[in-house]
Amino acid sequence: MAYLFNTPDDIRSMLEAIGAESIDELFEQVPDHLQVDGLLDLPTGFSEPELEMHLRKLAAANCGGSSRVCLMGGGVYDHFIPAAVDEVASRGEFYTAYTPYQAEASQGSLQAFFEFQTLVCQLTGMEVSNASLYEGGTAVSEAVFMAMRVTKRYNRVVVLGSLHPEYQEVLETYLGNLSCQLDVIATPDGAADVNIVADSLNEETCCLVIQQPNVFGALEELEPLCQAAHDVGALAIVSFDPLSLGLLKTPAECGADIAVAEGQSLGIPAQYGGPFLGILACRQDHVRQMPGRLIGQTVDRNGQRCFVLNLQAREQHIRREKATSNICTNQGLLAIRATVYLSLLGRQGLVDVAELCCRKSHYAAERLGELPGFELMFSRPFFKEFTLRCQGDATDVINRAADAGFDLGPALGRFPRLRESLGEAADQTLLVAVTEQRTREEIDRLVESLAATSENSATPKTLTKPA
Amino acid sequence: MRNTHATELLFDLSQPGRRAARFPNSDVPDQPLEEMIPDAFRRDNQDGGLPELTESDVIRHFLNLSTLNMSVDTHFYPLGSCTMKYNPKRHERMARLPGMVDLHPYQRLCDQQGMLRLLHDMQEMLAEIAGLPAVSLQPAAGAQGELAALLVASAWFRSRGETRTRVIFPSSAHGTNPASASIAGFECVQLENTSGGLVDLDELETQLDDQTAVFMITNPNTLGLFETQIESIAARVHDAGGLVYIDGANMNAIMGITRPGDFGGDMMHFNVHKTFTGPHGAGGPGAGPIAVRSELAEFLPGPVVTRTTDDDGQPRFELETPNRSIGRVRSFFGNVGILLRGYCYLRTLGREGVREAARHAVLNANYLKALLADLLPAPFGHHCMHEFVGSASNLKDARGITAMDIAKRLLDFGFHAPTIYFPLVVPEAMMIEPTETESKATLDAFAATLHEIAEEDLDFLRQAPHAAPVSRPDDVQAARQPILLWSPDDDTADDA
Repeated sequence: MAYLFNTPDDIRSMLEAIGAESIDELFEQVPDHLQVDGLLDLPTGFSEPELEMHLRKLAAANCGGSSRVCLMGGGVYDHFIPAAVDEVASRGEFYTAYTPYQAEASQGSLQAFFEFQTLVCQLTGMEVSNASLYEGGTAVSEAVFMAMRVTKRYNRVVVLGSLHPEYQEVLETYLGNLSCQLDVIATPDGAADVNIVADSLNEETCCLVIQQPNVFGALEELEPLCQAAHDVGALAIVSFDPLSLGLLKTPAECGADIAVAEGQSLGIPAQYGGPFLGILACRQDHVRQMPGRLIGQTVDRNGQRCFVLNLQAREQHIRREKATSNICTNQGLLAIRATVYLSLLGRQGLVDVAELCCRKSHYAAERLGELPGFELMFSRPFFKEFTLRCQGDATDVINRAADAGFDLGPALGRFPRLRESLGEAADQTLLVAVTEQRTREEIDRLVESLAATSENSATPKTLTKPA
Repeated sequence: MRNTHATELLFDLSQPGRRAARFPNSDVPDQPLEEMIPDAFRRDNQDGGLPELTESDVIRHFLNLSTLNMSVDTHFYPLGSCTMKYNPKRHERMARLPGMVDLHPYQRLCDQQGMLRLLHDMQEMLAEIAGLPAVSLQPAAGAQGELAALLVASAWFRSRGETRTRVIFPSSAHGTNPASASIAGFECVQLENTSGGLVDLDELETQLDDQTAVFMITNPNTLGLFETQIESIAARVHDAGGLVYIDGANMNAIMGITRPGDFGGDMMHFNVHKTFTGPHGAGGPGAGPIAVRSELAEFLPGPVVTRTTDDDGQPRFELETPNRSIGRVRSFFGNVGILLRGYCYLRTLGREGVREAARHAVLNANYLKALLADLLPAPFGHHCMHEFVGSASNLKDARGITAMDIAKRLLDFGFHAPTIYFPLVVPEAMMIEPTETESKATLDAFAATLHEIAEEDLDFLRQAPHAAPVSRPDDVQAARQPILLWSPDDDTADDA
């Protein structure tokens, strides 16, 4: 049997020491009629070679980024992952360890998380970071709950319609059983109109949630938006793209009170959407309202520097129903990946990646925007991702690109929450994201293949409805 | 031989001008940055602010840091309630297969059929183990599974024109239970008594009323005991119109033996990183799928995977959001990398292995309990399930040795400590969960070490650990003047 190590002799002497006749006897607490009769209806077990053959078959039925050129975005990006990231993350000492409650047995993890917190602060300009949340969507929700506690305003949350629609949906779910109003301000021009936003905020509002760059790839005017929130005593929550900060103003510079992010672009593979890395950083004043684990530096009995879980009185295992969040298991190993990634990039590497993304995406946007039947949906500045509008159904364009060996998208028509901002163009729009990995040759080839097939818009429809 | 230089903080190791990652030069026509992104959006300080290191600096740093950890790969890790079982290496290789690791969540459905089949079959296997037919794989961890299920419950009550406000749980519940209930907008009611380590039915009865939404119970409970009266408990909750939630943290004891759906549970979560050997990742990622009764299915968070048959008779998998779904609880599908490992584990064990794993987890726990009966007697229960909570009270009374002292001293012998001081109902609690993936030899050595420790000098124990990288950090100072990040002018580090 897989992963069982006691021999029949062992079992006999163990039962003897226990004073039981059989293993069955140990289950005497489970009433007989509640015990499964026989075996569950599960498959029979695989040996390792059988398992591997099976998984390879399943993997072959997928089409991952390695089989086509990936220009997909929408919150998950095909950035390069240096080999050293995988090497560190495959250390059993990291990935088979538990949450570092026992400080003496966990200094490796604790120091790595302390470094992660520091790197996030260096990246964002914020004053304090936690040691990770689940992913970008729940990070927004946690930040909103935190803003309620800080402002003591529990009745109204305002988010821009250009926030990732799945993040909006998570927030709706989290607020589902509470009497808190969630107002979404549509962004028909691809980014918010500061005056409209300012008018819609009031003294009831606990926070304004802004994504930078937003879901359309466009840049929001962060500073006046944050100011508008502050003018009514609300907090400004900014959901940022970590790699954009090689080029863009930091959330702190722009006035964010809480900065959150999806950290996938920091050395984490797409993995069909997770596990990813939720980042949350804030100003020092709000530290005791933060969700999640915080690592602190202290000294041990011998005066030696060391690291511990700190300010645990905020957390569920101490404070129970009064905790700042229910989060327990977080995304430790992904925080370690991000820490390694950022250490490898360093200050110049971060700038290089950001500039490459920016240059290549602008080249792609220019070329694609010139194609007959295509235009850029918005004229806003963008960083690495933009919204392309095509004649006809965007999913047809995605299919044509796939046939030519390119992955584009997602088509924005799949997101009902974006329809108010996109209007009648919703089904004609898709996202294109261009990372540092793409080459001019790939972009040119994509443009040529779309140009060649654009006349023939009678391409058969092979796509089904989005989920 | 410890390399203490390499484990200086990254920021102290940084040297101007060093760099590890290099990228190719831009191959697209040059364009001034300000034409692409106006100055108003660009950061003034153009250096990114991060440390500067070589690749070998980075590798030495993290590999040396890793050696300061204890882990399942390197040590026996009998941390109660955490199910620190062996993490099979084959899972790691499978999780990195091209087509799995690089699959974008917005890939076309026709391009993700292999993944959807895997996830669909995972849903089916979990439903079978739970005895509850409808599964959502979305929650990122157990606590998020709890929250999702509680929101499902409240949506279900609303659909019936009811608003119920209270969630009840025993005092021995994991902290996440009340925390999740509170975030979901419920009022928390804690049962304070126990009856021989089990739920006190009379006390439960007094708390049940028409405001009771959900009773949350961990079964086996955190004392490692099966709630023998679970059917009566469930019946009473159901009579009061409430739902029963099973916290599946301890499923390792009962998978393939008994099913939450069969003993009265309406909803439950799994901890894939515990029961199905996730692994734990130094604190995550996990995955916390939930399973519910059929009448709750349409409220599940989505998407879930459905199976249909196409025109050629081939199975076809689609993503579907249940009709009256509470909505997403996170972006994208879920913690798929962990679900995939759990899938590999269940396919390896198969129907017999699942049951055998539980049986051996219980055998190992009872054996260790027997070896430690004199030293750390468990005040509740006769046989235990997958773990037991022993008490160091006798040692404390006789010699002044606390659970904390024992836990710290164990590290010197190369054993990770058990969970201590939880649950509170046992004084000087030591919660020990060996798991099935340990041999008798390891358990014998662990028990012998505990007996040896019990004889050691008290002052020596008070200062343990002696061989660990650090010893008894000052938590009070950490909390009084929190240092939560490195800063250039901080020199406290160099004093030691």
